[in-house]
Amino acid sequence: MPQASLPPVVVDRVHKRFELPREQVHTLKERALHPLRRSAVDVLHAINGISFAVPPGEFFGIVGRNGSGKSTLLKCLAGIYAVDSGAIYVNGRMSTFIELGVGFNPDLPARDNVMLNATMLGLSPREGRRRFDSVIDFAELGEFVDLKLKNYSTGMMVRLAFSVMIQVDAEILLIDEVLAVGDAAFQQKCFDEFERIRASGSTVLFVTHDMGAVRRFCDRAMLLERGHMVELGDPEQVGNRYLELNFSEQAREAEKSAAAAAEAAETQTATPDASDTQSDRQSTDRQSDLHRHEAQAAAQDAFGRGAEEVAQTSAATTSETGRLAAGQVEAEAKRADPQPGEDRFNDGAGEIVDAWFENDRGERTGTLSWGKPCTFVAHVHFNEEIEHPLFGLALQNGRRDPMVSASNLLTQPRLGVFAAGEQVTFRVTFDNVLAPDRYRVTPSVSRHGGAWIDHREGMFSIVVTGTRATGALVELPYDIAVDHAPPDAAAISARVGAAGAADAGAATSASVPVESAP
Amino acid sequence: MTGLGRPIKGPSALGSNPRRLWHLTWTLARTEFKLAFFGSALGYLWQLMRPLMLFGVMYVLFVFILKEATGHFYGAYLLMGVVMFTFLSEASGGAVTSLLDRENLVRKIEFPRLAVPLATVLKSLFSLGLNLIVVAIFLFAEGGSLDWTWIELPALVFMLAGFAAGLGMILSVSYVRYRDVRPIWEVVLQMMFYGSPIFYLITKVAKDKILGIKASYVLMANPFVAILEQAKHAVISPTYPSAFKALGDGPLILIPVGIWLAVIVIGFVVFDRQAPYVAEQL
Repeated sequence: MPQASLPPVVVDRVHKRFELPREQVHTLKERALHPLRRSAVDVLHAINGISFAVPPGEFFGIVGRNGSGKSTLLKCLAGIYAVDSGAIYVNGRMSTFIELGVGFNPDLPARDNVMLNATMLGLSPREGRRRFDSVIDFAELGEFVDLKLKNYSTGMMVRLAFSVMIQVDAEILLIDEVLAVGDAAFQQKCFDEFERIRASGSTVLFVTHDMGAVRRFCDRAMLLERGHMVELGDPEQVGNRYLELNFSEQAREAEKSAAAAAEAAETQTATPDASDTQSDRQSTDRQSDLHRHEAQAAAQDAFGRGAEEVAQTSAATTSETGRLAAGQVEAEAKRADPQPGEDRFNDGAGEIVDAWFENDRGERTGTLSWGKPCTFVAHVHFNEEIEHPLFGLALQNGRRDPMVSASNLLTQPRLGVFAAGEQVTFRVTFDNVLAPDRYRVTPSVSRHGGAWIDHREGMFSIVVTGTRATGALVELPYDIAVDHAPPDAAAISARVGAAGAADAGAATSASVPVESAP
Repeated sequence: MTGLGRPIKGPSALGSNPRRLWHLTWTLARTEFKLAFFGSALGYLWQLMRPLMLFGVMYVLFVFILKEATGHFYGAYLLMGVVMFTFLSEASGGAVTSLLDRENLVRKIEFPRLAVPLATVLKSLFSLGLNLIVVAIFLFAEGGSLDWTWIELPALVFMLAGFAAGLGMILSVSYVRYRDVRPIWEVVLQMMFYGSPIFYLITKVAKDKILGIKASYVLMANPFVAILEQAKHAVISPTYPSAFKALGDGPLILIPVGIWLAVIVIGFVVFDRQAPYVAEQL
């Protein structure tokens, strides 16, 4: 019996790295020919100093993207991999379910496979035989006991494996994504079983991608990213962070390419004879030579500070020349951070210089949390005088359904006259009730009649994160109430009374003393 | 930091519970043995067919064509050698790839790693047990009889299994690192087949003018040969020399015994050292 005061699982600064040889030396011949050559190895730090403790009875979730190290961690916990440094302590009987049906052999009937699997999981053959019937009962496979496993459907096989798994009573369970299996009815059964395990006070460590399961079962969760723990705590919060991480990967890729472009820009300025594109531009646009240097400096800054700020300041301080500079900054920025999905129409009379989303704290962001207010902001610059322009914003979800279409057309169609060179900031604020998804953002500016001045279809995209995912296009906040009126209170109390009397009668006839609950 | 519970040290050769090692070895061996029988109509007969075919060919060759058969109950003598060699070759040859064949277990679950090569040996041991019955039948058919010296046989089989396990331990972990262990081992086995008195008599080697007694001692240094000789002496006929006698009634017997022990000890040490990393290296 474990001591109650000790946490069932303690992980103390665990490191695990794998050496991946660039060319695997597999044969003695290679060794013999190159006895001294140490093959080059890539060292992969799968787990980097992770520490945590799981208190008794907790359902602890481990989440992370592919390659984040969560399965490696589980395998270290399970004792499949030896850790490089740090220590793992376990207090109690532990069972691991890295995979369902370990050791299953398709050529053997269910009976042998159950025995095999049970032995692998640590039951003795005698225990295995004793529990065989309950395994088969739980899996609902009574009539297929003597059927070879290869003739089972996948679902049947999974049911069998899961049934064996839950027969191993352990105080600590390590489970690696085994829930996403079986048909709906069986899945429900598995969930029920998990609830039972949870209620029985077992400690569970559960690795998954399924945020729904994390929210549903876990008391606490941990988020791993590249071998580091990035979040530990409330499953809701961890779930949101996970989604953010997941969707911001593309943004990070873009950042990386921007950094690369910045480097490229630096080398360009270092050598006065610039690249083809630059000399092309020089020939076509000789008079703005001076501004080009400005623009380039600005562009370099832009990668440090954010292109929009620079574009904005340079555009605001100068008029005609500023426009050029801003345009070039933008061109540079676009080159650095291409928007592959963008489809732009521009008639030259003005342009949307930059646009972004801000969260409820006014920070520029690529991910928006569900249920929070958010603001779309766009900077528009007019090159010509425009009367009563229309500013619009459209959002499309992943299936390209139009989800938001906002403009001043209905509320304020006549904004007046905007002068050439004028800088306009246009905002749309709303409470974000959009379902978690990726949204394409399309800002546009058009003339009063509706003709586009600048229309940037899919200029960028934002991600809405949230753990509510019902499949609806929007996740409206709602209250739900169920009014329940019993048909006849008197009839019910009569029924209850009769049942109680019957019970009492049974008790007396069996002459068993019955303690009635107070 | 002690007193936090049981530290998880990662996989090992033996594990913490010897009963679990045994249960696993037994279950794995039994399953494999069963699988060899399922799916074919004649089951065990096929299992027996390979040694029997080899035996049949050699019997015809040496008895009828070369007329070399000189010992008592030559049929049983030959079959005994073939059956025991088949065991060694099956057990060690199977052990070579055993860890790789069991990849799905090794990478997915913590268990005493030693169960894998041991199960291969145990499974071959089941076959050997059945095949030895056939040897006995042959012996009786040739006019041999049950002798009290047969009680040596279980001990000899146990020693042979130990030798196979020792080889299996070395070979299985080496194969994880170096894939050409397998072809090399196949060649070694073939050499061992001809280097063992299976179809010839060790006494004939000793009496040979060119080879001489020293050559017979060299052959006898192989623990397999020593075990085989002793088994033939104990089971087939006492006219065949015991291992002790074949090694000159002297301390030379310590050579095969020493090699036998070394193979097992080195095998275990090598396996034990590599066991924690097998899952990563597969």
